[in-house]
Amino acid sequence: MAADTATRVLFDEPGPRGRATIRLATVVALVLVALLVAGAVRQFAVSGQLAPYRWQFFTYTAIVQRLVVDGIGNTFLATAVAAVFAFPLGLVLALGRISHARMLRSVSTGWIEFFRSMPMILVVYAFLLALPRFGIVLPVFWMLVVPMILVSSATTAEVFRAGIRAIDRGQWEAAQSLGMGRALVMTQIVLPQAFRIVLPNLLTGLVSLLKDSTLGYVVSYGELMQQGKELVAYYHYMIQTYLVIALVYVLINWLLTRLASWLQARMGTRRTAARPIEVDLEPAQ
Amino acid sequence: MAALTTGGRPGKDAMDTIWTMLRDNATFLLNGVLTTIGLTVLGFTGALVLGTLVAIFRVSPVTPLRVLGTVYVEFFRNVPLLTLLILIVFGLPDIGLLLPLFWCGVLGLVLAGSAFVCETVRSGINTIGVGQSEAARALGMSFTTQLRLIILPQAFRTMVQPLVNNFIGILIGSSLAAAVGVSDITNVTQQLNIRYAEAVVLFLIAGAVYLVFALGAGGVGAWLERLVTRSRIGGTR
Repeated sequence: MAADTATRVLFDEPGPRGRATIRLATVVALVLVALLVAGAVRQFAVSGQLAPYRWQFFTYTAIVQRLVVDGIGNTFLATAVAAVFAFPLGLVLALGRISHARMLRSVSTGWIEFFRSMPMILVVYAFLLALPRFGIVLPVFWMLVVPMILVSSATTAEVFRAGIRAIDRGQWEAAQSLGMGRALVMTQIVLPQAFRIVLPNLLTGLVSLLKDSTLGYVVSYGELMQQGKELVAYYHYMIQTYLVIALVYVLINWLLTRLASWLQARMGTRRTAARPIEVDLEPAQ
Repeated sequence: MAALTTGGRPGKDAMDTIWTMLRDNATFLLNGVLTTIGLTVLGFTGALVLGTLVAIFRVSPVTPLRVLGTVYVEFFRNVPLLTLLILIVFGLPDIGLLLPLFWCGVLGLVLAGSAFVCETVRSGINTIGVGQSEAARALGMSFTTQLRLIILPQAFRTMVQPLVNNFIGILIGSSLAAAVGVSDITNVTQQLNIRYAEAVVLFLIAGAVYLVFALGAGGVGAWLERLVTRSRIGGTR
């Protein structure tokens, strides 16, 4: 990725003294990082957590299948199903919030503000503990996915609203002067452009959903965290299992955020040619 | 309680049960609220300090620090908070690091929060014109003096709203500590729920706590925003 302003504006091409300082700081930093890593490795070694069999465990076919096929598969399934419902619902809520019908507007605003400040785990507990008392018992999958949809719909609605508001007023005025009605302007002119603007943010929303799916651990739906919990219950390789799982999540989410910022950068270059050209002063890394 | 299960309006008996439950457990609930506040405030303060530090790492000319900062942010921004908390609570004792449960929660929130704060600070720095930095350098200011006197004070102004969002994120994230056994308001209400089976009332209480704090933080944010905007107008003279 191209260097940000922050990574290059704060210092010039250093002179001899600057270079010496940077060299010294580099050495000190390297030593400190090495000490940190050594300390961590030592903690692992001293408590016997580096024993090969504790790590080879993750190369067994049955374990890989359990974590990757079942775990990641179910994580993706929950995330995808939640997104399929939450994103359109978010769009509807966003349109509701900016609509001229007062009733619709206050219901949408209330929904959005409520679920935006409500922790997902609380909604999960509500589905897990409160609803059964009214005779509503959902399958485990939906106990996880419905709260994901509710919470995500609120944040997605705000993303869509920001996207719609980012469309220049002139677009509205031009379309309306052509005799187009509000609904027509929205569907034909504004939304298609807004979609492109919010696409990277929707990917970020997908990352949030993927993180929310870890609450499968609480409702016992067999996604990655829950698979980890079950493995730990059998084999007791706690730190190994959860470390591997954490790295898997980081990798997946990192790829998604990468994709999002790539899209953002690509759009940035396409949308306006009038952007100030950034001069890259940073020495190659 | 019986009235609630039939889905009707809670009768007098049901209301009495609820009041008794609340009275008997007032301290317990209050402790839950205080734990949530403690987790959020300590988590946010820690995240603010650590996040700013990592942001400075990421804009510094020292390559290992930049790499360290980048790896740190990419890891903690992308790891789900629940996974991180479980790793801290159940994983760290395996390598001989035993922390009290509450501090495990704080540590998780600080680590995850600081990654987001770092990105807020970094994009805040991005909004400062290149000219500011060039002028500072032309006056002979060093990298740290420049950051301290010129860049960061201005950057913090544009960061008020994003930082409020970070705060709310940490507030909401603190509820996940309930899943690993920290007695915050989420955990306390669920414990009471198991004893009293008053899920609806307890859910509403916990929800109200988060809603009030989130709205409160938003209000404080708006006030700070106004304060900062005014001082900027005064400051440009």
